[in-house]
Amino acid sequence: MINKFFATPEAALADVPDGATVMLGGFGNAGMPSELIDCLIAQGATDLTVVNNNAGNADTGLAALIGAGRVRKILCSFPRQADSWHFDKLYRAGKIELELVPQGTLAERIRAAGAGIGAFFTPTAFGTRLAEGKETRHIAGRDYVLEYPIHADYALIKADRADRWGNLVYRKSARNFGPIMASAAKCTVVQVRETVELGELDPETVVTPGIFVNRVIKLHS
Amino acid sequence: MKRFDRKQMAARVAQDIPEGAYVNLGIGLPTLVADFLPKGREIILHSENGVMGIGPRPPKGEEDEDLINAGKEPVTLLTGGSYFHHADSFAMIRGRHLDFCVLGAFQVSAAGDLANWHTGAPDAIPAVGGAMDLAVGAKQVLVMMEHLTKDGKSKLVERCTYPLTGARCVNRVYTDLAVIDITAGGFCVIEMVEGLDLETLQRLSGVPLKYQPAAKAA
Repeated sequence: MINKFFATPEAALADVPDGATVMLGGFGNAGMPSELIDCLIAQGATDLTVVNNNAGNADTGLAALIGAGRVRKILCSFPRQADSWHFDKLYRAGKIELELVPQGTLAERIRAAGAGIGAFFTPTAFGTRLAEGKETRHIAGRDYVLEYPIHADYALIKADRADRWGNLVYRKSARNFGPIMASAAKCTVVQVRETVELGELDPETVVTPGIFVNRVIKLHS
Repeated sequence: MKRFDRKQMAARVAQDIPEGAYVNLGIGLPTLVADFLPKGREIILHSENGVMGIGPRPPKGEEDEDLINAGKEPVTLLTGGSYFHHADSFAMIRGRHLDFCVLGAFQVSAAGDLANWHTGAPDAIPAVGGAMDLAVGAKQVLVMMEHLTKDGKSKLVERCTYPLTGARCVNRVYTDLAVIDITAGGFCVIEMVEGLDLETLQRLSGVPLKYQPAAKAA
């Protein structure tokens, strides 16, 4: 019997090694799997490469992971915010590497990884500093930049409800990067508000089919 | 000299958004445009974090942390609105499905180049968000900005000195002094605030301006 439910987040994250690439869902705090991140901090994995839209807000979640010195490199579109002080401090000290990626290119690179695409041409960032050194091509009257997929060892995401096969539904704008990150990682770990019996999720409304999900933990948030 | 304040600028941009338009409002100043969209026009606001049909800010105490806009402020969803993931959201942007985006700017060049993400200062932490995608993706790119920097330099320039967000992408600029189209021949002023003359605007702007007042819409 397939059962992707894990009893504790500790068990679900026990095998994350040092040096892993970890995608973290969320846009700001909406959809951020904060309890899983707290557990990852306690677990101790370090030298991580993290993929998220931002570089953490205030002192919790991703900001706490960065503040704990566990992140070697971050790929994101919008690190600088009023409350990104943990990232700002380490970045200014040269202690964290930043790969700045336009938000749509970030999303499409993650999607491409999950979809088995080797690379793609996008018009975004052509002629800008963020395309410097990249291959370009003129296609049907427009200029494009070649971009490569972003694969991950783990994706930690937050959804609203899941069944034991790992089918997921999300809540409002907390969906954001969850579905594409789930498809791009070798191991996708999901924290959900509620677990339900098989058949309780309307198949017409499942957003992430369980094939993209490995581990599910019910947490209160 | 009379200048538009932020609300007047937002109201002026809002006048140009037609019935039925799909629109993305950038974070900061452009977000204000939502408050001035003419009543009676059905206009659908997109937010790059996966929301179509953004409604007004919720009353105090009714905020939902799972329902935010690109500026991470609490919003509501209009009846008929929808949620989607980030790759779909940027397919809407990059795939040229949005009719308008409204962005802030540091500089706009006579060729329509946009600089709005980075001052280029060596100690600045760069952040780009969705601006580069919006700049290449929206059918019409509208810029909303103060005409002059705090130290009086024109933000309309021959060539951008700040790093570009997008090349040749801006269609129209709304400032606190004027509305300016980007044309094949450079900047073309179509409106000025009351009491301002072209000569003064020209002197403040420091770049060649043409003048072609738009016929007032009925």
